[in-house]
Amino acid sequence: MALEQIPTEPTHEDRGPGAFSVELVVNGTRHALEIEPRVTLLDALRERLRLTGAKKGCDHGQCGACTVLVNGRRVNSCLTLAVMHEGDEIITIEGLGTREGLHPLQAAFLAHDGFQCGYCTPGQICSAVGMLAEVELGWPSHASVDVATRELELTDAEIRERMSGNICRCAAYPMILSAIRAVTGDPA
Amino acid sequence: MRPYTYQRPADARAAVAAASGTGATFISGGTNLLDLMKLEIERPTALVDISRLPLGDIEQLPDGGLRIGAQAKNSDVAAHPFVRTHYGVLSQALLAGASGQLRNKASVGGNLLQRTRCPYFYDTAADCNKRNPGSGCAALNGFNRVHAVLGSSDACIATHPSDMAVAMAALDADIEVMGADPAARRIPIRELYRDPADSPDIETVLRPGDMITAVVLPAPSPGQQVYRKVRDRASYEFALVSVALVIETQGGTITSARVALGGVAPKPWWSAEAEAALIGQPATTAQFRAAADAALAGAIGRGHNDFKIELAKRTLVRTLSDATQQGERA
Repeated sequence: MALEQIPTEPTHEDRGPGAFSVELVVNGTRHALEIEPRVTLLDALRERLRLTGAKKGCDHGQCGACTVLVNGRRVNSCLTLAVMHEGDEIITIEGLGTREGLHPLQAAFLAHDGFQCGYCTPGQICSAVGMLAEVELGWPSHASVDVATRELELTDAEIRERMSGNICRCAAYPMILSAIRAVTGDPA
Repeated sequence: MRPYTYQRPADARAAVAAASGTGATFISGGTNLLDLMKLEIERPTALVDISRLPLGDIEQLPDGGLRIGAQAKNSDVAAHPFVRTHYGVLSQALLAGASGQLRNKASVGGNLLQRTRCPYFYDTAADCNKRNPGSGCAALNGFNRVHAVLGSSDACIATHPSDMAVAMAALDADIEVMGADPAARRIPIRELYRDPADSPDIETVLRPGDMITAVVLPAPSPGQQVYRKVRDRASYEFALVSVALVIETQGGTITSARVALGGVAPKPWWSAEAEAALIGQPATTAQFRAAADAALAGAIGRGHNDFKIELAKRTLVRTLSDATQQGERA
């Protein structure tokens, strides 16, 4: 797979407003799409690639149900354009684990009953993966007592603050917290 | 969303040229712009993607200051070791805003230029001089609990939503701008935003096509730095009131103080009045209260937001008290 051939170079000329070729790398697979520039990453994933794990909740960056990983970082896929992610490595919930080999966070959400209706769950799990990577890098949060210190203790308050971009309408928060806590106790 | 064209210029100069056309606008993180485009409050006909321009570096300057590229992500600035240790108020402010996902996307330049979250600005059926100049302001006699008490006008009482910009105002940052004129300009952040007056649709002194390329912070000041935010939820919520403070005391006397307020004005509200009431004075609660009274002396409540005047004063007093006690212990 020649990822480097995906056009990430500048495009001096206007593309659109009609559809044009956009190539995306999602879960390690390269896809060629014909889409308009106004197609969000979320709509490209769901409507064009049939990857319906990422959910459209609010479509305005308020609920986190659309969270995916772009180059390892969690983002709201509803608030970014597919065309802006040519050449990026996009991971959705479908790319985290398989039915036989669940990602540790997927297994933990099952074991700890970290959901009720399940609609927010793919976003919660992708967000948690991104969040734990941020913790690994030593990033502080609003819950950190001192932003200057490098010694980060991932308390419950820290996990809650860092996951505040993901809303659960069923309010499964205590179990979501337990699931994430379980994974941090047993590094994946 | 209305249809538009998309391009990704090769360099900053080409981006400025492309964005100078009618209907063109820059896009970087897109977290605010796309939100507004979906609601057709923003209706650009051409998007100029500057997110991949090499303008995201964070570098220390020979004079001891820091240059933060406008394309740096909010999360990278908040987590930068030099920011965390020398500009703690900026790191704290960034981490008090938005969510982890949004901070990973939002750029520094975009954060400065984000639009208000006034619900009447968002409600396309409501009168709003910012969205539809001349139509009136539905917030004036509406549900204006979250609105401005300082610096507003009868045409607009919307607040500026940024936390980051409030910290930058307290840090006395300069905004570096590239425009049609080849020479880069520097605008003090305290002069970037216009008062709403009769034209709240024009929010900054930037001209069409102007691109923010960096934020330049002066060398760090000694003393304590604190950002304190009061809001309706514990996380992921805009400020009702916030305070950014950089203060130094020696032997119980305040030797320097820089104060900015958020959530209370159409722009990050730098308070020269509070600073004048603090510098050279004893670090006492009475003096803090005098400074808070001075900072809010010109405040005008609009009904539902009257509480913000006292809330801002108390938040400032508490922040001053905490910071100076920390300073004495340090």
